[in-house]
Amino acid sequence: MPTSAREVGRLFLPLSGIVLIGLIWLVASQSVPDLPSPVQTWNESKAYVLQPFDKRGEMDQGIGRLAYYSLVRVSKGFLLGIALATPLGLLLGVSPTLHRMFDPVIQILRPISPLAWLPLGLVVFRKSEPAAMFAIAVCSMWPTVINSAAGVRAIPQDYWNVAKVLRLSRFTTFTKIVVPATLPYIFTGYRLSLGIAWLVIVASEMLTGTPGIGGFLWQEYNSLIYAHILLAIVTIGLIGFALDRLMGLAESRLRAT
Amino acid sequence: MAFIEVSSVSKAFTTDRSVRCVLEGVTLSVDQGEFVSIVGFMGCGKSTLLSIMAGLTLPDAGEVRLDGEIVRGVRPKTAIVFQNYSLLPWLTALENVHLAIASAWPMWPRERQASQATRYLGKVGLAHAAHRRPSQLSGGMRQRVAIARALATEPDVLFLDDPFGALDALTRANLQQELGQLCSAEERPVTTVMITNSVEEALLLSDRIVPMTRGPRATLGRPVAVAIAKPRTLAQLVHDQDAMRSRAHVVESLTVSVRRPRRPQFTPKALDDLALSVVPHRSEA
Repeated sequence: MPTSAREVGRLFLPLSGIVLIGLIWLVASQSVPDLPSPVQTWNESKAYVLQPFDKRGEMDQGIGRLAYYSLVRVSKGFLLGIALATPLGLLLGVSPTLHRMFDPVIQILRPISPLAWLPLGLVVFRKSEPAAMFAIAVCSMWPTVINSAAGVRAIPQDYWNVAKVLRLSRFTTFTKIVVPATLPYIFTGYRLSLGIAWLVIVASEMLTGTPGIGGFLWQEYNSLIYAHILLAIVTIGLIGFALDRLMGLAESRLRAT
Repeated sequence: MAFIEVSSVSKAFTTDRSVRCVLEGVTLSVDQGEFVSIVGFMGCGKSTLLSIMAGLTLPDAGEVRLDGEIVRGVRPKTAIVFQNYSLLPWLTALENVHLAIASAWPMWPRERQASQATRYLGKVGLAHAAHRRPSQLSGGMRQRVAIARALATEPDVLFLDDPFGALDALTRANLQQELGQLCSAEERPVTTVMITNSVEEALLLSDRIVPMTRGPRATLGRPVAVAIAKPRTLAQLVHDQDAMRSRAHVVESLTVSVRRPRRPQFTPKALDDLALSVVPHRSEA
């Protein structure tokens, strides 16, 4: 029965992977004094998970509420980032001159850590919210810039010939040819950008001490409630996974048409 | 003065290591309303010549005049049909045709543009497939859309770059005859230049056939007039004396160009590239 065997494999193998990691965690918690075991973590986190939208204090809130704060912050930074990155990328794709001019700059800016951008944001904007948004935007925009530019450069000569033969205006060429031809690349960029934006959120909330999943993690570390650190880590992972899957879905739908 | 004047056009492509001279001193003139086919082997530079005539590529030397004006880019009222259809995959068949019309007559109201698009899709027998995307159409249907897109702008010059080269033999034969009928049905004949490697296709559609010698340094051979009333049918061509004579002329000049001393390596393969149909030779009394 090869099909049912494959069915079992599809569910069983990932689950056993998770169980294995849980076991390693369990063993590690026996030998490291301050590391809570999985059971202990669950017991101490129950209140946060089972009443996810409770608000008991500034940082003492249900995990759903904290995640919501973080998601809103990430969306703002991400949207700002791609709003800048998409036109920039298309422009760099169209013009070889601009590409040669800015490619080195992009390659230098790209590897800079969010921890480095955040203080600059705080200096410039003087408030933690806009600084966080700035850090998220500036870190997450590069994959979109690079992918949109690559997408434009990958447009087959045939389509440019169509634009020439039909004598399409610059505007029509852009809306009818460049954008539709580049859209799959742009969405791959968005997917990677969103992943980075979600990575940056923890760092930026830690540094600015704003309420959210990252702020919560840092605060619980300072309050010596180590189980909640693990709770926050698992939550961040699950949300990141869900975001990536959602973008992947949007991307594949786009490629299908 | 001829409608299309190609005078001593040369073109070379430069790569990192070498310069490949594709065309050398090509001269050709096409009268208004004439249908001229350029027949030659694959890779002999036919397509390069066509894209220079259409204004997609600039020549290194020489010039092309369309209706008296030197070609520096694609001029209005010029249409091109490519071998690989070149339809935009994100637009439906109707939208592809509409895009060309909207660009040719931006001042027309939308309804008029749409009805023109529908009319021309109908002419190529695709009214039922108007709302399908290219990926949902067969190769032959895609090329019909491309032909509708070209004719819908009511061009006075039409360039066909091996339009049936990517189609299977049966579809090819059908579409060739339909194109012949479409071209003769237009109110005023469109001046047409077609690139092909099929002598039969050229005989079916053209007023004049120009053989092209093998590249590099390709030039045009002596033109052969085809004096048979249009529209023609493939069956009619098989036995027609004029067609036989023209066919013999074209094949001969192509074969001679293969055998010329500058290219000593004559291979039977070279002849296979050419889609020659074998016609039983009937001896005349």
